[in-house]
Amino acid sequence: MKMGLAGGWGPPEQGAPATRGGPAAEIFGAVVMSDKPRVAFFDFACCEGCQLTVLGMGDSLLEILDQVDVVTWREAISEKSNEFDIAIVEGSITRDSDVDRLKRIRERASCLIALGACATLGGVHVLGNRFDRGELLELVYGKDGRHFEAGEVRPISAVVPVDYLIHGCPINADEFMAVMKHVLLGRPYHAPNRTVCFECKLRENECVYDRGQICLGPVTRCGCNAICTSFGRRCFGCRGLIDDPNLNAARDVLEEHGYTIDDIVGMFDIYSLASSPAETIRAK
Amino acid sequence: MSRIQVRVDHLTRVEGHGNIIASLCDGRVEEAIFEVVEASRFFEGILRERDFEEVGHIATRICGICAVSHGCASLQATEQALGIDISEQTRLLRRLMMNAEIMSSHALHVYFLAAPDFLGLDSVLALLKESPETVKRAYRIKQTSYDLSGLVGGRHTHPIALVPGGFTAIPRPSDLRQMQERLAGLRHDVRQTVELFQGLEVPKFERPTEYVCLRWPDHYTFYGGEIVSSEGGCVDPQRYRETLQEHVVSHSTAKHAKWRQDGYMVGALARVNNNWQQLRPEAKEAMTALGIEPPCTNPFMNTVAQVVELAHCLEDSIALIDEILDRGLVDEHEPAVTPRAGRGIGTVEAPRGLLVHDYVYDERGKCTEANCLIPTAQNLGNLDADMRAYISQLDDPQENDIRRGLEMLVRAYDPCISCSTH
Repeated sequence: MKMGLAGGWGPPEQGAPATRGGPAAEIFGAVVMSDKPRVAFFDFACCEGCQLTVLGMGDSLLEILDQVDVVTWREAISEKSNEFDIAIVEGSITRDSDVDRLKRIRERASCLIALGACATLGGVHVLGNRFDRGELLELVYGKDGRHFEAGEVRPISAVVPVDYLIHGCPINADEFMAVMKHVLLGRPYHAPNRTVCFECKLRENECVYDRGQICLGPVTRCGCNAICTSFGRRCFGCRGLIDDPNLNAARDVLEEHGYTIDDIVGMFDIYSLASSPAETIRAK
Repeated sequence: MSRIQVRVDHLTRVEGHGNIIASLCDGRVEEAIFEVVEASRFFEGILRERDFEEVGHIATRICGICAVSHGCASLQATEQALGIDISEQTRLLRRLMMNAEIMSSHALHVYFLAAPDFLGLDSVLALLKESPETVKRAYRIKQTSYDLSGLVGGRHTHPIALVPGGFTAIPRPSDLRQMQERLAGLRHDVRQTVELFQGLEVPKFERPTEYVCLRWPDHYTFYGGEIVSSEGGCVDPQRYRETLQEHVVSHSTAKHAKWRQDGYMVGALARVNNNWQQLRPEAKEAMTALGIEPPCTNPFMNTVAQVVELAHCLEDSIALIDEILDRGLVDEHEPAVTPRAGRGIGTVEAPRGLLVHDYVYDERGKCTEANCLIPTAQNLGNLDADMRAYISQLDDPQENDIRRGLEMLVRAYDPCISCSTH
């Protein structure tokens, strides 16, 4: 049985209370023996910083641990199980052997969550797609490197269907909690579809453009509470393009400060190259 | 003929993907290796063509545990290449960030990853059931160091405010003072950590090797310095490539490294062995209480050396905050950078040991070459040698003894495998 947003995993009845052993047990109760959903963490090519963000959540993590059974989490625990309901997957796919492993995880999981920018967009190392793999292997390993396996960097959603996306490099711990609540209630989660500029203005920051720098805030999905621009940096676009970027408005901001859309297209390569942001932007 | 084979795929409670493979025939070791199967992300390739302003942002993503270390090494390299000077205040704030990272990383390893082995438990989840107070203590240390990083750098994992030349935002003095009080409140937790490890039995095993780390003339350094070896001699980091030789082995996507011998060890034990005289008094007391007598040649003691550094970094952070506030914290504007061509080499002591970033820039400030020498990669050759020596000296070992011993040995190195492959 595959439970996904598009599949038979419907939300609980309107107004059903979010009590312990309530909706979650109802949703998963049909397919599992345990009264708590079983959670497994997995990772592919990444820095594991998003799992570490989860591990570092302290009391909030302890709250989640009260609601679920973590049965596999290689980075944190030695217990292992192939039986799980919710798979939380960090990292991008770069090798054929990863594809097989990810498909096996997808087959076993009722619900699959992509954790962090590497899983949702490809991550910073998606920049490797700009280069020839053989050249990269030789650059790093020399002539001896040819036997190592390396391929195109892809987000996990390019390989298997994904039920929930948690964007960010790294993820925002509050959003992780919000998504987990939606998962346990069996409700879809829609990542905010406003720009980083929206959150940045709410925080009353001086505009990065007014500080004389270029910034991806006008077209990047928010949900990070504009953390980078609030600490004096620019937005690097780690949460990806919003669904329907208002490029006319972005163009106005850019032109006012002497930039063009082309200036920001290349900057989006850092996280989103695998989802062709340049084509999306240029097509508009 | 009796043969024992041990294989552990995707070892748990370590960062990244590695396998333990060992075989004995009639008590003789045939093979003992740690296979690194992590996917390469080719950071040295992808940093090319990026602007100097983006390089640090990308480089921190090499590692989710030691992003501050990568950030600081990267910034040093960029600053040297582009001829950017930093202020004493920036240097002190970066040292404070490094302390925060050492504390959070060591607390994670000591309590969450290593302690369950010593206590005969599967994981921190079992520890949570058995002794919730122990886990809460670990979280207090971890949370406070996360918050210290957040206060100074904007965020612990992938810090934000660190840029070539300084910081884009600086903490308010009152917030720093408040943080100092929270740190002082951790003294009891750190003492209890020392007491916990006093009561734990560390496997008996000795194998002298070469210990390598940075050294600064007047303090126990995590930020910059000369490269020193327990075998004598020191190397100017600018010439690291002449001595610390990286090479490819077939069983690891992370390169190995050697200096004079087949392998050397970096990390907490190497630093304590080489620089223990510079530890703060509280850390020296912890060292004595925990039975470390430099040179300590038992690699299992690396975890215990991390407890010593936990005590050091706590006291050092409290003292650094005094020094920063006494000097008067000023909002220094980021310097305007004029790109120029050049090469720069940055060095820090990451939680797991010596880390080098080495970049070449062109006249537009675009990176043209990058090399990163990662602590865990440097340790891998030494780890293989330790694995072989460890099982050789076991008296009539059974498969389970070997498996458990090797798992503990690998964990003692606190490997950061994604980082080592990068």
